[in-house]
Amino acid sequence: MATQQSRQLGRLAVAPSVVALFLWMIVPLAMTIWFSLLRYNLLDPNYACSLLTPGQLFDEANRCFAGTSNYYYFLTDPAFFKAMANSLILVGWVLLISVVGGTLLALLLDQAIMGRNIVRLMVIAPFFVMPTVSALVWKNMMMHPVQGFLAWITKSLGLGAIDWFAHYPMTAIVIMVAWQWLPFATLILLTALQSFDEEQKEAAQMDGTPPLSFFWYMIVPHLARPVTVVVLIETIFLLNVFAEIYVSGSGGRAGNLPFLVYQYGLISNDIGGASAGGLIAVVLANIVAFFLMRMIGKNLEG
Amino acid sequence: MARAVSTRRKWFFTILAWSVAFVIFFPILWTVLTSFKSEGDAILIPPKFLFFDWTTENYGIVQERSDYFKFAMNSVVLALGSTFLALLIAIPSAWGMAFAPGRKTKDLLMWMLSTKMMPPVGALIPIYLIFRDFGLLDSRGGIITVLMLLNLPIIIWMLYTYFKEIPAEILEASRMDGATVWKELVYVLTPMAVPGIASTVLLNVILAWNEAFWTLALTTKDAAPLTQFIASYSSPEGLFWAKLSAASTMAIAPILVLGWFAQKQLVRGLTFGAVK
Repeated sequence: MATQQSRQLGRLAVAPSVVALFLWMIVPLAMTIWFSLLRYNLLDPNYACSLLTPGQLFDEANRCFAGTSNYYYFLTDPAFFKAMANSLILVGWVLLISVVGGTLLALLLDQAIMGRNIVRLMVIAPFFVMPTVSALVWKNMMMHPVQGFLAWITKSLGLGAIDWFAHYPMTAIVIMVAWQWLPFATLILLTALQSFDEEQKEAAQMDGTPPLSFFWYMIVPHLARPVTVVVLIETIFLLNVFAEIYVSGSGGRAGNLPFLVYQYGLISNDIGGASAGGLIAVVLANIVAFFLMRMIGKNLEG
Repeated sequence: MARAVSTRRKWFFTILAWSVAFVIFFPILWTVLTSFKSEGDAILIPPKFLFFDWTTENYGIVQERSDYFKFAMNSVVLALGSTFLALLIAIPSAWGMAFAPGRKTKDLLMWMLSTKMMPPVGALIPIYLIFRDFGLLDSRGGIITVLMLLNLPIIIWMLYTYFKEIPAEILEASRMDGATVWKELVYVLTPMAVPGIASTVLLNVILAWNEAFWTLALTTKDAAPLTQFIASYSSPEGLFWAKLSAASTMAIAPILVLGWFAQKQLVRGLTFGAVK
């Protein structure tokens, strides 16, 4: 029973975080939109347009305003298509691996196995490895073409060594990122499986339901929701993968959209172009976010 | 008969599960093993698994050469600092939304979550320029603020779901006894919410520790945490595998241990309560 007074207090208590998050969201966004309309290069010897007063800006409109040319330039840059393709390949493959692999692994770990807790710890561990570490460990100790562990295995099998990052940079990045996110999917799906009604399971066993149809008619519907959650959350994180690509030095060929924006802004100093790219990334992420929010919103009602 | 089958089945699944788990865990295991090798053994093909000359000298050299403890200290300060700063404004907010909800509370919660969906590259350029102009680049205060804002929605959300589970009658009872709101918050609610707050802290320390977009973009030396420390090993002259492994082991060990404790909270926190 919230009284009038406590409701007012409640509003007061919520205010600081609302203000903080609002500023965090709106200030950078507004600045990004503003910059994306300017000709703004940090190396430009002329006085930066973003620092001019409105009057001066009006006088120098020709020099300062880029109109939509930043967008045009970014969207027609061949690197943009490459980066978009890489982003989609990365998200698509890692999702596929983590959902299919995660379901299988969760089913396996849900069995009565010995030392289940230890097995679970081992499977979950990669999720806690910081991205920069995982990039360097995979690039060197695992995938090095001469001394890497995988090279040793493929050579022993008579397949010859594979120079992953030189010849298949995208595959290498996918393996690396999937290694980090498969555990997450497994953990979520396992948690969901363990909430499955034991009695239903026993009843199905007593009725002699074949395992496959039990899986199809009972487990799959039960997992539909957590799988959706996994897909949406992973998509949001996977669209933003950066450190793995940056640290492994594969941005040139396997760079995704965040990497391209980083390159435009902090390497080429083209603030206008980078801002346009950043906004495109925002729009893409919002499409995914829209569906995720609806899912969570429904959950909040129920 | 049925027993024999189920025993065999159990063995089958046990061996299968252990094999798969071993493969997944292997890169971490391999890193830890390599950190105890000499540089010569580290790049040996065929590799030596356990029978090499074990040495701990790499750890000493890593500390000496690149000052591990300075970076580790920064990681601790950034992770704890950002989490506690966030708690400071998140606890009242979550309290307000859980116990004095208005008509718009649910929309507000959803909106807070939606800020988490903003891709960092969308804010990178302005934040970078603001930091540069205010001299915040490579400062602990600046990066703590960013990490705090980054994790604030998850913290509020988690606290909210925990607070929701506390019966409101207890608060009413304390109010009847004449407790002010402040006293209610400090003496009644907070002690009851300690387990939930602890879980929230745990998850957010993990997230802040591993955050590798903003920390790489906004720090260079003085405020650089372990993500940056490891990234410095990517240059060719830093590629001594045994030392890289020792550095990596030291960077991930603390959080791996915390993470194993935090599995349940992780599910709850990262799915925003959609899977419990």
